Amino acid sequence: MRFRHLNELAKLCADEQLGIGALMLAEQAAESGQSPEAEFAKMADYYAVMKDAVRRGLTEDTTSRSGLTGLDAQRVAAYNERSSPNLGIAGEAMAYALAVSEVNASMGRIIATPTAGSCGIIPGVFVSCQERFGWSDEHMTYGLFAAGAIGYVIANNSFVSGAEGGCQAEVGSAIGMAAGALTELQGGNPAQAVHAVGLALKNTLGLICDPVGGLVEVPCIVRNGFGAVTALAAADMALAGVRSAIPSDEVIQVMLEVGSAMPEKHRETAGGGLAQTPTGKAILRNLSALRNRPGN
Amino acid sequence: MRFKDVFSIIGPAMVGPSSSHTAGAARIGRSARHLLGAAPVKADVVFYGSFAATYAGHGTDVAIIGGILDFSTDDARIPDAILLAEELGMEISFREGKGLYPHPNTARVKLTSEAGESIEAVGTSIGGGNIEIVEINGFRVKMTAIYPTLVIFHTDLPGVIADITGELKEEHSNIGYMSVDRKSRSGDALTVIELDTEITTDMLNQLGDIEAIQSIRVVDITDRFSAVKKLQSPELGPKGADENEISPSE
Repeated sequence: MRFRHLNELAKLCADEQLGIGALMLAEQAAESGQSPEAEFAKMADYYAVMKDAVRRGLTEDTTSRSGLTGLDAQRVAAYNERSSPNLGIAGEAMAYALAVSEVNASMGRIIATPTAGSCGIIPGVFVSCQERFGWSDEHMTYGLFAAGAIGYVIANNSFVSGAEGGCQAEVGSAIGMAAGALTELQGGNPAQAVHAVGLALKNTLGLICDPVGGLVEVPCIVRNGFGAVTALAAADMALAGVRSAIPSDEVIQVMLEVGSAMPEKHRETAGGGLAQTPTGKAILRNLSALRNRPGN
Repeated sequence: MRFKDVFSIIGPAMVGPSSSHTAGAARIGRSARHLLGAAPVKADVVFYGSFAATYAGHGTDVAIIGGILDFSTDDARIPDAILLAEELGMEISFREGKGLYPHPNTARVKLTSEAGESIEAVGTSIGGGNIEIVEINGFRVKMTAIYPTLVIFHTDLPGVIADITGELKEEHSNIGYMSVDRKSRSGDALTVIELDTEITTDMLNQLGDIEAIQSIRVVDITDRFSAVKKLQSPELGPKGADENEISPSE
């Protein structure tokens, strides 16, 4: 890849008169030695998996193996239908994000974006916006390359796993990726897309990873729902002309600083936060009983 | 750069719920299956650390067995993998390991084939579905399974590695990473080579002619060269031994 930072990415795009997605497709083909067509087809397959996960999460039983979570996406979707949700159309993105995360928690097929714990945000934003604007799958696939370019910069300058940098690194990164990609999909230029990333990331700095029972369920699933909504908000701000006063590359450095200082108990170990509340501990005890039961 | 391409960020396609505890476990199991080079009749799995603490909720157990059945990380049959394996007559045991382990997410997998051959591998799941196999039959190794990988058991003699790499040069195959370990001087040795290109039968036949080589296994869980259509689940049917293994005597 010829870029390491978002400002370099935006400059390359400006110099070569390409969108972030189109540039990333070319870079990917150069890196892998495969044809752009083959790489595009692989990403298009991934998008099909994402759409399928949305559909399954809205129609199938998503009760998780632990029994802790499931069917909240269907609750939200039904509520969106029968009333006028506060979020308006953003409520759909929230329902879709919950749907994919619940499919993940119930051992369904998803695409890690960038991880399984944050796999609902990009599909939630992408699939709901595709339906709303009537975009083609090809347009969405370029959007995934754009999201991947942003994630590539975040991952290589900071981190994308909760064990290393807390939830800000997983859910936070996914929101930044979705926000920047959506800005481009809606016609924003690469500079605006990069501002969307910074605006979004600032909102999740410091978020800890405290999964109850160590599972990718509570609070991961609802954070994916909230994350989709935040990504829409960040894209709206960027498209309106709001700029990230602290450049996005510097915000990524802050994520690294904050994550590195985060105590281990708040980095996916279930040793603190929500996992160690009285209820969180009781759930963990029940899970141990499940593990020791024959057949599990 | 720790993350090399767009699909290390968008991807892998996988069955949930955890890229490290589910997808990574499946890839460890699948690597072990390829190391055995045959369908196992017995699988003994020891989980350490976070794997031991949370394997039930994360489906680490079904994922690792799914891998042992040669399923990719996104195979929809993973949740039922233990049942499917038992239907095929595989004897399965899980244990929670004590003592030292190299990483919070570690599994030790011992597989035995119908012919009585066995392989023991230790794998660590380091995040985002990425793994490292750190031990094979007591040899220290470092193998990511991102690339097609040659696992060559041989005798520790001068020139063996030159013979192997010479053969790869003939095949125009580029080495990305290589690790070598031996049990003792002039004793058993193991060379693990990650390649940028597909491992062909021709390459294996040529390597098989090298006298000091005892056996060769191919670990290729990249799905890059098999054109597997991701959205369809192929019929259940473990691959035959010939696909992953070649012995020099043949």
